[in-house]
Amino acid sequence: MTTQISEPAAGPATDRPRKPPRTTKAPRYRTTWRKAFKRDWQLYTLAIVPLVFFLVFRYAPMLGNVIAFRKFVPGGSIYGETWVGLRYVKMFINDPNFWEVFGNTMALGALSLVFTFPLPIVLALLLNEVRSRYFKRFVQTVSYLPHFLSIVIVAGMVMQLVSLEGTVNQVVRALGGEATSFIQDPGWFRTIYVSSEVWQTVGWGTILYLAALTTIDAQLYEAARIDGANRWQQTWHVTLPGIRPTMITLLILNIGTFMAVGFEKVLLLYNPLTYPTADVVSTYLYRVGLVSNNFSYAAAIGLFESVIGLTLILSANAISRRTVGTSLW
Amino acid sequence: MVTTDPTRVMERLDKPAGPRRTSLDDSPGYRVFRVVNTIVLLGVVAVTLYPFVNIVAQSFSSEVYIRTGQVNLVPRGFNLDTYKLVASDPAFWNSYLNTVVYTVTATAISIVLTTIYAYVLSKHRLKGRGLLVGIAVFTMFFNGGLIPNYVLVNGLGLTNTIWAIVLPNAISVFNLLVMKAFFESLPSELEEAAAIDGLNTYGILLRIVLPLSKAVLATMILFYAVANWNSWFQAFLYLDRADLFPVTVYLRNMIAGATSATSVGAVEANAVAISANIKAVTMVLTVLPIVAVYPFIQRYFVSGVMLGAVKQ
Repeated sequence: MTTQISEPAAGPATDRPRKPPRTTKAPRYRTTWRKAFKRDWQLYTLAIVPLVFFLVFRYAPMLGNVIAFRKFVPGGSIYGETWVGLRYVKMFINDPNFWEVFGNTMALGALSLVFTFPLPIVLALLLNEVRSRYFKRFVQTVSYLPHFLSIVIVAGMVMQLVSLEGTVNQVVRALGGEATSFIQDPGWFRTIYVSSEVWQTVGWGTILYLAALTTIDAQLYEAARIDGANRWQQTWHVTLPGIRPTMITLLILNIGTFMAVGFEKVLLLYNPLTYPTADVVSTYLYRVGLVSNNFSYAAAIGLFESVIGLTLILSANAISRRTVGTSLW
Repeated sequence: MVTTDPTRVMERLDKPAGPRRTSLDDSPGYRVFRVVNTIVLLGVVAVTLYPFVNIVAQSFSSEVYIRTGQVNLVPRGFNLDTYKLVASDPAFWNSYLNTVVYTVTATAISIVLTTIYAYVLSKHRLKGRGLLVGIAVFTMFFNGGLIPNYVLVNGLGLTNTIWAIVLPNAISVFNLLVMKAFFESLPSELEEAAAIDGLNTYGILLRIVLPLSKAVLATMILFYAVANWNSWFQAFLYLDRADLFPVTVYLRNMIAGATSATSVGAVEANAVAISANIKAVTMVLTVLPIVAVYPFIQRYFVSGVMLGAVKQ
């Protein structure tokens, strides 16, 4: 038996279907809980600690959102003291600051989506045309690197590059322009944010597309070529439809994280001077809650943000399932 | 079919995808395109690497050249003084040690919890499995949010302890699904044979399944370790004492100018002016372990991402 075990090379590959096909529904035998526990109690015991983790650190905070509707006293119960109804919800609806940061979130989220979603596709298609596998792998290896950096490092690099004596301003001066303190200029924040986002994610984003490209049937290209399609037409009519499911899946996931736009990055890059464009919902509620100690008010904003996020991903998924037949679940 | 061997995954990625190249493709237009394409890709490489080169150049430069905007690709006024200065700051090494301790502890806990839960979820015969999967997956799309999490961690009395950093993100659902997909791909005959030989569930997991899972375990360890090495916000939020800070928070405070390396900077006459190359050195030293191991671990990450994608 030991020899069997020490042969992992042949192990993972299996050609059996993992699940029985769904069509054979009829003879499904339902075990009772009592029998299931008797047979699998050891498996259930393994699940206990992870379940405690999920309940304590994931589901308890979800319930903790009730403080959005209750008066919360720091040091008191984590679920608040007395009901106050929709007081805090009304408060942020009437808060002009809230609507300003909401607009900023939408703008930053939309700009990020417009650039960080299509650019990996373009890069993957360009990489796909490279004939030398060594050059291709070199470009891939380099372009993945920023993905592995701490957001603190990225923010540090950005600040050095756009500082008064940084490279960007040197170029500006060389072109005869006036040096600008970009990081303190609200007009430049979105550009800085989106560029650094692209820099950090574009290479890593190609992985799934490159994988999808390898699965396209070569016969489709043969057929297209016989029909007289040139290289560009082959890309447009064969390659792009071939990676469409991947594109849609990633688009849905991107839309789902729309509201959560890089909280940590904004927190590191913004400053009071750039609040007019840089302050987003998550950073605003961070300051309201944890800097000014208005926990309930911040929790109300946070709950609103989570609900919008969930709604966005559910609707993106539903729309995609109806219109193009691809969905996450 | 799920391929988890990183080498095989990389070969799949390397395989020239799409149309076979024939002389028909070598129209003049396509040849021009290929030249342009190569130039564009080299441009991507240059833009990606430039910030790294710039930081390294600054870390070896004299402050006066940085301040006057003369340091780009190569160090000006080459010196190692800044490195010596940062290396002589005990607060820096203390935070570096903290990062190592947090990373090792958090990764160990995460691996154990993720493995056992993924193993449970991979057993399709298990009653209630759908619910157990749902409990995990739902948290990918809806979470409690910043404030309730903060209130909870405070309420549990974890503030200013390592547990505030290690516990709240112990299981990554993405990693959980990757491992679950891997376990599902293992042939069940081995486990059945072991069960007949009298091994219980724990024995099967420890002595049959885990030895077969070295590749995916390595991938998971790397996923968690890099994430923990890079994380800063948990520490920033829950730790008030400077002696507990990981190096990312140390660096963040330096960049934000909150505490900066004032103890270091004070050695020189101009504490504010010197900070540019001190920042650069601290960044280089923080990122060094990642960049040093990166060429060797990259393929594991790629295979992990693809394994996750298979299940989506």
